[in-house]
Amino acid sequence: MKHKVSLTINGKGREDEVEARLLLVHYLRDVAGLTGTHIGCDTSQCGACTILLDGKAVKSCTLFAVQGDGHDVKTIEGMAASDGTLHPIQQAFWDEHGLQCGYCTPGFIMAAAYLLDRNPDPSDEEIRKGLEGNLCRCTGYVNIVKAVQSAAQTMGRDQARPQPAATGE
Amino acid sequence: MALTTMIGARIHRREDPRLVSGRGRYADDFIRPQTAFMAVVRSPFAHARITSIDAAAAKAAPGVVAVYTAADFEAVVAGAMPVAPAFVAEKKQAPDRYPIAKSEACYQGEPVAVVIAETRYQAADAAALVDVEWEPLPAVMDMEKAMEPGSPAAHEGAAEGNVAWDLTYNADAEAAFAEAEVVVKQRILQQRLAPTPMEGRGVLAEWHATDRTMTMWMSSQNPHFIRLFVGGAMSIPESRFRVISPDVGGGFGSKISPYPEDYLVPGASKLLGRPIKWSETRTENLQNATHGRGQIFDVELAGNRDGTMLGLKLTQYLDCGAYVGTFSAFQACACLLPGPYNWKQVASRTVGVLTNKVPTDPYRGAGRPEATHLVERMVDLFTQEIGADPAEVRNKNFIQPDQFPFTNPFGLIYDSGNYPGTLARALEMAGYADVRREQEAARARGRYLGIGISTWIEICGFGPSAATAPATGGLALTESAHVRVFPTGSVNVYVGTHSHGQGHDTTFPQIVADTLGVPYDMVDLHHGDTAEGPAFGYGTYGSRSLAVGGLAVLKASQRVRDKAKKLAAHLFEAAEEDVVFDQGHFYVKGSPENRKAMAEIAFASYGANLPEGHELGLEAVAYFDPPNFVWPFGAHVCVVEVDPETGSVDMLKYVAVDDCGNVINPMIVEGQLHGGIAQGIAQALFEEVVYDDDGTLKTGTLLDYAMPTANEMPPLSLDSTVTPSPSNELGVKGIGEAGTIAASAAVINAITDALSPLGIKHIDMPASPDRLWKQMHEERAYSAQGATADLGGGGSEQAQPQAGGTATTPVPGGLGEGGTQEGTGGGTPPPGQAGPQQGNNQEGSR
Repeated sequence: MKHKVSLTINGKGREDEVEARLLLVHYLRDVAGLTGTHIGCDTSQCGACTILLDGKAVKSCTLFAVQGDGHDVKTIEGMAASDGTLHPIQQAFWDEHGLQCGYCTPGFIMAAAYLLDRNPDPSDEEIRKGLEGNLCRCTGYVNIVKAVQSAAQTMGRDQARPQPAATGE
Repeated sequence: MALTTMIGARIHRREDPRLVSGRGRYADDFIRPQTAFMAVVRSPFAHARITSIDAAAAKAAPGVVAVYTAADFEAVVAGAMPVAPAFVAEKKQAPDRYPIAKSEACYQGEPVAVVIAETRYQAADAAALVDVEWEPLPAVMDMEKAMEPGSPAAHEGAAEGNVAWDLTYNADAEAAFAEAEVVVKQRILQQRLAPTPMEGRGVLAEWHATDRTMTMWMSSQNPHFIRLFVGGAMSIPESRFRVISPDVGGGFGSKISPYPEDYLVPGASKLLGRPIKWSETRTENLQNATHGRGQIFDVELAGNRDGTMLGLKLTQYLDCGAYVGTFSAFQACACLLPGPYNWKQVASRTVGVLTNKVPTDPYRGAGRPEATHLVERMVDLFTQEIGADPAEVRNKNFIQPDQFPFTNPFGLIYDSGNYPGTLARALEMAGYADVRREQEAARARGRYLGIGISTWIEICGFGPSAATAPATGGLALTESAHVRVFPTGSVNVYVGTHSHGQGHDTTFPQIVADTLGVPYDMVDLHHGDTAEGPAFGYGTYGSRSLAVGGLAVLKASQRVRDKAKKLAAHLFEAAEEDVVFDQGHFYVKGSPENRKAMAEIAFASYGANLPEGHELGLEAVAYFDPPNFVWPFGAHVCVVEVDPETGSVDMLKYVAVDDCGNVINPMIVEGQLHGGIAQGIAQALFEEVVYDDDGTLKTGTLLDYAMPTANEMPPLSLDSTVTPSPSNELGVKGIGEAGTIAASAAVINAITDALSPLGIKHIDMPASPDRLWKQMHEERAYSAQGATADLGGGGSEQAQPQAGGTATTPVPGGLGEGGTQEGTGGGTPPPGQAGPQQGNNQEGSR
């Protein structure tokens, strides 16, 4: 028996009929064709499938597609601006060589987005703790931590920018 | 001459924008019209006979298209899977491996049937309905028991003792041992590891019956090998067999050799006439992808009390698993045993043993981490025995910079090195003298601080063909490149190597841009598609891409430049020797103002009015066979504190000073070191593949297999020295495996040093908190009884008295005896309980 799901993915509404057991990650990859969200472990350890559900980081291999019904989903494909400008976290991963094979990267970027949303200026330790739900085999995490620090700085600056303009100096 | 501008520059990777945007192209991202999905029915037993297979229920399940067993595949796939016959002369009994078991399964996970269905889920459902009747056979799980007379056989008809090979490289170290004042002995274990790339394996295959072509999309480190081996087994010529492996989510050696599914997926596509797709689950990956390490070493070191090291003797027992892996022989680490030291004699023997586990094969470093670990451990045991400083003993025994090229006791020629240089810098960065003082003060307060040193060398850059072809049954491990300059001056480069994180899309164009003098942005690299570029390539592993493939890229670029120069001479109406090439422009000597850019020459090369005999076009193919291996080296220093109450290790400092010759892109070199060191630390502290006595894999998910998170990894301090290789024109070596080769010894030496006040001399890996806690408490109890001679558990054995009447280090457990440090599985608690926390602090997930 199929179930109707209606959800918003990267700002666009979408409706499908799915099996009750279809995992959200398979729905995103195989039905919606958004292959940027990866599968790395099947048991919710690696975080490669991390997406934002109503702004919170979740592992999409741990949810059914039907649980996404009525919710707002953001995947890695929705992070860059519509003109293609990379999100500051994406840019920071590039600038700091925060990826090698790139397979875990979308999950790390989504987890980092949620981390910085809750804690805009995390310490090294807070970043490591905040990303411990994601596994990387290539980087030893050194440049991932740097990338998140660098993104935090950029995003902090971007937020601060309008204020001096308002003073009229 | 062109000035170097791009080589050595810290250029950001051009593959990254697509990878950070979710636009990568990994194996599971591909699909073809009419694709059906495959699930594999696998043996639940480590060793069992297949009595019958009843597929009726599976065939009747919703969406099922077909169920195939070994008999079905006989029509489309022939012959055994390949094994590089490095030890062919000594090979006693290595059973042939077929993609699918016919009558006997020899490891848990071996394929026995496949189910093809319309969806992934339907295939998985129906696979559970295939009714296989099994007759379980005794599982051979312990290497040492496997070698005993009367042991059950890992295969029906296997030779007595399950020995796959028994080979002595150098028999004799007796002279060195006879003159030694001190002999130290140790059994050193290398636990089995799972390479665990974040992307598992996956294959999509499409057979076109009308034009008789096969196309495969897959996750591979060397698509040309797959085409060679699978095409051969299916009698499809290479001209009609295309393997595409675009973005690959890590390999670490586990995506070199062909796997059963690499035959079964295209085989099923040919049988069914539809595209077939199979994507590995993580449990399938941990169970079926080749493992690494899995070895026992019995080692003896002979030296004098003044710190001179004289001789080394070693026997390696290598757990091959159920079959000898395609490149299993590359794990025999004899050739690297001498390390950076000047020995009188080194003797080495390697024994390959069959067990009922998944085969072992290269995992990052393959033989070289093992060699470095055991030599560096032995140096510390020797140092501890004579009461010397480990840094001083290393310095005393190093091959000196003026001794290169240096021929080691196995006849291998080290190209260049400055071993004291990297060690001095590493000690300086670590603040060695200060840390030693802190250690002393800490000990006085009952704290256990330790400093570990690992001075490593590496043999890499495989070929040369003269060495590799005999070892691999003809695979020369040369490398290829094709450089094409288009009429308006942009450039495409095709290579036979494969990039799966190494950044070749960036580094190889750096070489081309310099050589041709064209803008870097005009050069694009292509790899991972056998339909493009040179006819053959050998792929990426063994830190070979730059030192072999990079040189092919350089040679092909030089051929293009030489061709362009000839044409420039014609256009200038000058003699070729009068034409100057400078930063992408040609001019006649003395007239630099009248010059032509490479793009102008390129356009002319496709045009009219060329001189008679001039070959049209501007492109070239080059193959490169290196004259020697290359030999990177370095020194790593690790500082730890061990908590005696919990056995947990706090890594306070990790310093690495490495030398890989000239560097194309330092950012990428550092990244390779970060990841390599992390994998070495992971082996030292966390990871271990564990089977139970019946052959069931206990570490079959990432809940149980303890891969470290960011929380467990220390910050790293890196520096480098530059000692170019004289063996190639770029002066480059390799760096892909260096970190892994160096790190485990640095960490374990640090922990052992920390615990030396308790009488602990050796610790096996992983040094998990439970293992350390147990060992510390055993040693303490033992010391409390006033006994000091027999530390370390297991039976001790006195070495033969030496001239000079020396003390010897007790050996825990001889071969075949019991002992707490023996065996890679039995006595070791499973990791995971005390390993890293696989945390999950994200809301909404569970």
